[in-house]
Amino acid sequence: MDTDQLIRTLAADNTYRTRPIGLALMLALLAAAPVSLLIFFAELGVRSDVMTAMRNPFFDLKFAVTLALAVAAIAVSLHLSRPEASLRGFGWWLLVPAGILVAAISGEMMMPQRAPMMTRLVGKNSMACMTAIPAMSLPLLVGALYGLRQGAPARPAVAGAVAGLLSAGLAATVYASHCTDDSPLFVATWYTLATAIVASVGALMGKRALRY
Amino acid sequence: MREREDEWTGLMRSAISGDDAAYHRLLKAITPVLRAAARRGLARAGQPVDQSEDIVQDILLAVHLKRQTWDSSAPFAPWLFAIARNKLIDTLRRRGKRIFVNIDDFAETLPGETPEPTASASEVAAQLQTLPARQRDVLQSIAVDSSSIKDTAAKFSMSEGAVRVALHRGLASLTAKLRDR
Repeated sequence: MDTDQLIRTLAADNTYRTRPIGLALMLALLAAAPVSLLIFFAELGVRSDVMTAMRNPFFDLKFAVTLALAVAAIAVSLHLSRPEASLRGFGWWLLVPAGILVAAISGEMMMPQRAPMMTRLVGKNSMACMTAIPAMSLPLLVGALYGLRQGAPARPAVAGAVAGLLSAGLAATVYASHCTDDSPLFVATWYTLATAIVASVGALMGKRALRY
Repeated sequence: MREREDEWTGLMRSAISGDDAAYHRLLKAITPVLRAAARRGLARAGQPVDQSEDIVQDILLAVHLKRQTWDSSAPFAPWLFAIARNKLIDTLRRRGKRIFVNIDDFAETLPGETPEPTASASEVAAQLQTLPARQRDVLQSIAVDSSSIKDTAAKFSMSEGAVRVALHRGLASLTAKLRDR
């Protein structure tokens, strides 16, 4: 086929409109969310002392960290879906959750504690955290990658890793309501490890799925 | 240079607001620039330039299918060249692999002068043959026979809407096949 024929064909298809990526991503995440929630309610459920826990600022801070991660990663994902975009000038968004976490750790250090630092860090739920967050992330990650396929990222693996952060942030937000370890030290250790696993899986999947 | 790129941006804005003729003019205008860039890129990588037309068509398809990722308040040229660069690198990488395999497998039997196995711009045409019949018929009717959407609909007794859907799906699966080949 010569190029003029191709151009004529593309021009004939000009009226066809695809969904904006933001909408595609949102719909895909909404479709995947029930699967993650099903895993959560079937296997974990909200912790029984949630009403008391809500009065503990460190319980609430977990949601601030995970939601900040999810929101920042969504913004960066949408940015990276443009072919000429890079992380430069936009990647600092991803430091916001880390900043909240650092502030929370220093806050906790200044308060009198009943348990020693290592006990708070190791916690009781590290294994649950490390399995539940990746398991609940996976459906969201598949959904996110599906939605982001509308995009044209310059570096598919990087875009996939950010999609991993996005789904880990959402999954961790739900998981945080089950977990009885509220210390920012626990969150900084185990949530971060679980998130790193999901981001790596996202990079591997994105490398293939997000090529255009 | 500046003027030319401003003109592209204007044409793309018109195209997105539904002006098919502006879109056609834009694609015509960028093609020689893309062709020159593809030839330059191949030459710089020490590759024969006779497959540059395949790269041009690859870029045009990507521009078409990814045009919703262009921010209409930004200039068009940086977006276009980012896609072009990506496609060129992709081709070189793929060809690098292929050449490696070729040398490995046929080092003994290579004749002194190897003709290129593919003629220019043959990849889209080849992949077209692997599409489902309906999509292939519609694409061929519009591309090769230069029929309008309306005439194509009449020819295959389809609705115009069905022709549009088949056309778009055909272009999308063509692009997917080119990517995964």
